[in-house]
Amino acid sequence: MKSFIYVRRSNLGCGQSTSTGFCPTVGIMKIALFATCIVDAMYPRTAQATVKILERLGHEVVFPAGQACCGQMHVNSGYFKEAHAVVANHVEAFDTDDYDVAVAPSGSCVASVKHQHELVARRCGDAALEARAAAVGAKTYELSQLLTDVLGITNAAEQLGSHFPHKVTYHPSCHGMRLLRLQDRQLNLLASVGGIEMVELPEADQCCGFGGTFSMKNADVSSAMMDDKAANICGTGADLCSGGDASCLLHIGGGLSRQGSKVGTLHFAEILASTLEEPASVNGEVMLAGGKR
Amino acid sequence: MSNNTFLGMPSLPVYGHGNLNATEPFPQAAQRELGNAQLRANLGHATHTIRDKRLKVVAELPDWEDMRDAGSAIKDGTMANLPALLEQFEANFTARGGTIHWARDAQEANEIVTGLIRETGETEVVKVKSMATQEIGLNEYLEEQGIAAYETDLAELIVQLDHDKPSHILVPAIHKNRSQVREIFLREMPVVDPNLTDEPARLAEAARAHLRKKFLSAKVAVSGANFGLADTGTLTVVESEGNGRMCLTLPETLITVMGIEKLLPKWEDLEVFMQLLPRSSTGERMNPYTSLWTGVTPGDGPQNVHLVLLDNGRTAALADEMGRTALNCIRCSACMNVCPVYERTGGHAYGSTYPGPIGAILSPLMTGIKSEENNSLPYASSLCGACYDACPVKINIPEILVHLRGKDVDSKRSKTRLPSQMDLMMKGAEWAFSSGSHLNLLEKGLPLGKLAAGRSKTIKKLPGIAAGWTQSRDIPAPPTQSFRQWWAKEHKPVAAVVPGSTTTEGDQA
Amino acid sequence: MSAREDIMNRIKSALQDAPETPVVPRAYRRSSQMTAEQRLEQLVDRLVDYKANVFVTPAEGAAAQLAELLAGSTSIVVPHGLPESWLSAVKNDAGSPAVHVDAPDARLTTAELDAVDAVVTAAAVAVSETGTIMLAGSEDQGRRVISLVPDRHVCILLAEQIVEVLPEAIARLEATRPQTWISGPSATSDIELERVEGVHGPRTLDVIILT
Repeated sequence: MKSFIYVRRSNLGCGQSTSTGFCPTVGIMKIALFATCIVDAMYPRTAQATVKILERLGHEVVFPAGQACCGQMHVNSGYFKEAHAVVANHVEAFDTDDYDVAVAPSGSCVASVKHQHELVARRCGDAALEARAAAVGAKTYELSQLLTDVLGITNAAEQLGSHFPHKVTYHPSCHGMRLLRLQDRQLNLLASVGGIEMVELPEADQCCGFGGTFSMKNADVSSAMMDDKAANICGTGADLCSGGDASCLLHIGGGLSRQGSKVGTLHFAEILASTLEEPASVNGEVMLAGGKR
Repeated sequence: MSNNTFLGMPSLPVYGHGNLNATEPFPQAAQRELGNAQLRANLGHATHTIRDKRLKVVAELPDWEDMRDAGSAIKDGTMANLPALLEQFEANFTARGGTIHWARDAQEANEIVTGLIRETGETEVVKVKSMATQEIGLNEYLEEQGIAAYETDLAELIVQLDHDKPSHILVPAIHKNRSQVREIFLREMPVVDPNLTDEPARLAEAARAHLRKKFLSAKVAVSGANFGLADTGTLTVVESEGNGRMCLTLPETLITVMGIEKLLPKWEDLEVFMQLLPRSSTGERMNPYTSLWTGVTPGDGPQNVHLVLLDNGRTAALADEMGRTALNCIRCSACMNVCPVYERTGGHAYGSTYPGPIGAILSPLMTGIKSEENNSLPYASSLCGACYDACPVKINIPEILVHLRGKDVDSKRSKTRLPSQMDLMMKGAEWAFSSGSHLNLLEKGLPLGKLAAGRSKTIKKLPGIAAGWTQSRDIPAPPTQSFRQWWAKEHKPVAAVVPGSTTTEGDQA
Repeated sequence: MSAREDIMNRIKSALQDAPETPVVPRAYRRSSQMTAEQRLEQLVDRLVDYKANVFVTPAEGAAAQLAELLAGSTSIVVPHGLPESWLSAVKNDAGSPAVHVDAPDARLTTAELDAVDAVVTAAAVAVSETGTIMLAGSEDQGRRVISLVPDRHVCILLAEQIVEVLPEAIARLEATRPQTWISGPSATSDIELERVEGVHGPRTLDVIILT
């Protein structure tokens, strides 16, 4: 099995090559992490993994303490008035020159920051917030966007030391796919992880049925969608399903769990952060080779 | 929307009436329809078939996106200049012998059509599939007036014979499979081969035989129209079976009902829409038949030609600055074919003539959000965005859905009304999510959740509106601390490392 | 106030925000990038895909091809402006179908049209990319009804009438003429989205392309 050897990279500048053959495309960046509320409260490991990946590349990660939530639950439920304070809080936390780019391990939340915040401000007649929201949105990236487009990561095994010897299928969440046009960024990163076996998910582009409060207001339709997604996932024979949105993974995982399936869900950041030395964990348990926990 | 009026202007909006309403809340209707296994199987099969076809023919064109851009801009321009274009269309259509009537709403349109039929002395009409006449409930109205309207499109015929309602704007009988169609034909057709099989070709043949005499003897036809070209006064009907051609060509009198938003400014605009429409709707490069007529052509086709221009809430939709692009819809049905909600509930769950994603915005825009149960329609979407991607005129359906949810929420805001559970949840979340310290305070309670989850490490039942979630999904036990707590207490930047290859430098690690 | 005035006022009031009229980006293809041979080949392919019968023949073979196609027919209808030469073989052969000419001063009734076996018409233009033939009511194409009621339509097309993309056809057509665009025989996909050919319009479409 291929093993990875880490070399300190502290003095590397942009464009310099090293004897290891690795060449970063950018210099050291100061990256503000937007953890997102669901990851912050329910899946801290996803944010920890994001930090780990970025620090491993030599970048400085900061966590603006005022952050809370992007507000899309409010917006998507029609509570624009209530969304205003949430959006204002996010903009207040991130509208500083104290970082180069912001990143979140969520396509959906980044789409909200990029597309909804200005709308909310406009609808609430807050022109000042609208302008600031646009500025924050412009420097916010989804994790796979940042890794691929800005940090030049094309091979997770070689460039991040990622190692995850499991059979994995992948669900591309709707907002990453259709609002951010992430295309295959997440999938390509996953496929380049050492030891991983990717299996294609049939009807991958179909929504899992989460949709925020949709899953409560239209619980029956949402469940029917989730059932089909779960069946497709189980049909792949994968050990787990990965993706880029904790909310969808919570939904899919919750459905699989209720159905008694052994298939788990895991954010792609955790798979990228997984190495031989520090394997990723699922549901709080370390994933061992062969899918056993 | 504002109630601004200026001199001589009516107070807006004036909403539409007719078959435009959900009559029960969508979740309730959806629950019932989901329980119909046959329906789900039929719909799943049909929507997947049409999706694949559409993707294939769309992928064939190198300039599909250019066409969508053009289509979207043409329609935006149409709405922006609607008064002038309607006048232009009227002048051209009238100059060539057609007669134009204006109908403020469904009732007025029905009365106009009835009056025109009465003038001919006939008591029977043949009909081309038309969403506008479905919307105004023309068939039912005519029946009350003693006039029989015969639907001639195969799917409309199936639905009419079965005394059912259409469930899809393009394939109204999409909820029926072949054996169900066969049973309907055997039961309802006065003359039918008792050995009729359920092969679609045989069923189509039976429909031909059933309607042939009607076509050849019809004196009056009623149609809708897909497009009206303002600069020439030309009307267009797009179809497959030839029933449209029969109705548009054989009778002496032709009465067309068309929404005011169906105009295109110029003849050349048709080159865009006649590429967008067939590929988006039936997944064909071109539909078998398209008919175009401009008023009356002496010696060719109907000589008594009428057009009813219908408002019925379209101006209300137009008055909604965020929602007005819904009027750009060309009724291709691509949005419903790709919609995961429609795929599972079918069209009847939406109540309105216009089902699926477009119906979920168009119906409440035309009737107002407070009409019957139409405020439940904008929530009938997971906002997955598949509809927006499929829409040939790029209507941002998810954005308008969210806009209408906002209108619904705002319409219920009042000091006297008790807040709903959702209101309370949103209010609570506003507090929690509008400050990092608020959220932090709440997150200190995470261990309680973990405790509640117990040994199974899952939460299996939640109360109130969250019960919908736990009816089929577990919630994992929350972590013992939030990320922000971990960051504050435990995070230490790890040493930057660059992975290398397995070289001799390994010892430096 | 009339309904017209009322509706116009409602529209004007709805548009008080004066939305802008965007410039229409027409970046889509508006002219052919294919050779004549490629267009012919593409049209044949599309028509066959629609289950039309296609016969490509040199112009001088038109009459013979048509006669061969109509060999089993008892009667046909043609528009009065159909080129005489195309019918020469039909008219000269013993046992040929009876030819009814539909003319402005001698129109066939619907019942008469229903009784003939086939109709023969020319066409205005054809689009190879979509497999569409346009009839526009000229003297060689006839009234719309004659190409509708008979169960078989034989359409004779000149190779130079084939364009590649729809915009080229739109440029050649006159909007106000009564038109029928035909892409294969009548068909339906109303039952389980499965396409079957042959409903109310002509169930057989034969296309003769003269090169």
